[in-house]
Amino acid sequence: MVIPDISWTVLLPTLLITGTGFAILLADLAVAGPEKDGLGWIGIVGLTVAAIASVALWNTQETSFAGTVILDRYALFFNVVFCLATGLTLLLSMDYLGTIDLHSGEYYAILLFATAGMFLMAAANDLIVLFLGLETMSIAAYILAGIWRADLRSSEAAMKYFLLGAFATGFLLLGIAFLYGAFQTTALGPVAREMGASTDLQRALASGGMALLLVGFAFKIAAVPFHAWAPDVYEGSPTSVTAFMAVGVKAAAFAAFIRVFMYAFDALAEDWSTALAVLAVATMTVGNFAALRQTNIKRMLAYSSIAHAGYLLVGMVAKSDAGGAAVLFYLLAYTLMNTGAFAVVIALGKRGEANETLDDYDGVGMRHPLLGLCMTVFLLSLAGIPALAGFTGKFYLFSAAVQQGYAWLAIIGLLNSVVSMYYYGGVLMRMFMADGGKDVQGTAHRPYLAATLVTTAAGTIFLGIFPSWAFELAHSAFLSLR
Amino acid sequence: MVPATYYIALSLILFVIGAVGFLIRRNLIVMFMSIELMLNAANLAFVTFARQQLGMDGQVIVFFVMTVAAAEVAVGLAIIIALFRHRETLNADEVRILRW
Repeated sequence: MVIPDISWTVLLPTLLITGTGFAILLADLAVAGPEKDGLGWIGIVGLTVAAIASVALWNTQETSFAGTVILDRYALFFNVVFCLATGLTLLLSMDYLGTIDLHSGEYYAILLFATAGMFLMAAANDLIVLFLGLETMSIAAYILAGIWRADLRSSEAAMKYFLLGAFATGFLLLGIAFLYGAFQTTALGPVAREMGASTDLQRALASGGMALLLVGFAFKIAAVPFHAWAPDVYEGSPTSVTAFMAVGVKAAAFAAFIRVFMYAFDALAEDWSTALAVLAVATMTVGNFAALRQTNIKRMLAYSSIAHAGYLLVGMVAKSDAGGAAVLFYLLAYTLMNTGAFAVVIALGKRGEANETLDDYDGVGMRHPLLGLCMTVFLLSLAGIPALAGFTGKFYLFSAAVQQGYAWLAIIGLLNSVVSMYYYGGVLMRMFMADGGKDVQGTAHRPYLAATLVTTAAGTIFLGIFPSWAFELAHSAFLSLR
Repeated sequence: MVPATYYIALSLILFVIGAVGFLIRRNLIVMFMSIELMLNAANLAFVTFARQQLGMDGQVIVFFVMTVAAAEVAVGLAIIIALFRHRETLNADEVRILRW
């Protein structure tokens, strides 16, 4: 019996986040009422430290715990994305939770625990660690979706999210069991090595396992036809949680998805890329066309987020380093622009009045120029207008697809972007051209919300104009995977 | 000795019963039980493969899965209770303020 070496460096970012979560739980005992919203600051400090630690460890390439956890640039890049997503969510929440009379310390702690699970997913080098990270994140996310217990919609959203999420877990787990049956191990390295030189029986079991894992991941990223839960859950959850799910949870699911498929299943790339291409087309098209006829902004953004999962799949289909790097870059850009869009949704609501229908957006842009300006940046970026982060990201994704002979896929993606222009533009038209509408709160006396809006808008513009450094980082992060 | 393929076949049958049960039953608790059946079908597959290959990994994995499933039960039942307090029903078809 050999006790494997343990290197705490490998787990350092995850431990920092977990420690912050516990610190919040402890501090929660000392404060009461609206003061609890200040607990978010502990989270922001912890996330900042974890992000700095991740940047400092950038040149690490190390495994530990008998090779089950790996710290490479790929994991570190995602750590920074997760810190950004959770940090922005915390900033949003500190203003938002007051308007729904939810002063809860657990909220902040659970958000941090979900982030710890996400870190583990990006750093998993073994399917069981991946499973544990995924469940740590998912179970925390189920609670977050239902944390506004006074609201029926929140409970309903939690119920649906929980049932569909657990259903997907079943598929994922059986897939892992099949792979274990084929290769007698769940470690990604040996799976990747033996996949190429496998016997017929192994190949059959591995293909079955891969298909089941694909279903499990497709649920988590809300790809069509496994997307039915997303609009309901996004609409019903508290808006700050929706932002977190649309950005953080999706990025984490992609982190695990890419590591398993583009590294461990690389030998079967011909098989899975066809399936993913079909998924990508269906996801983009259904997402965009369903978004056209929505009247609730959160539901519209939910379908838009489904469509974006489709764009991201295009990068995976390309199977190349450029494609993988493009997905990483796009997830970073998406974190900024989509969190920003949800921040605007929050800014329109006030106590007892969510103002989530599209009619509520009439004339808002003229009365609240900051909101109008920021929403313009976010929506145009989501639609893919040049000089904004979303355009650059889509450019990288589609050009990677074209390089690998998937020009038709890129064309379908472009056509979909045109369709998406219609509903994003529709919101902007209402905000600037329409008269009337309700008096909304805006960002007055809500400094955290204003800070989130300005940060995300500035980031979206900056990444759009100066994308190459971030793309280089994404590229070197992706190379550490191979 | 019963061949390993029998156990794998049983595992698959249980998994399909669970998946179909989830899709056609409308009682939230029963849907929940169907999911547990799917997880345990996967557990059976793990144990069978471990036994067949004389490895311990699969046996240990099952403990991890059981732990995670227990955590999931705790959260899932809490959510069901939170919903029941609003609606006084366990029928999934009546949970429809949001379109399904």
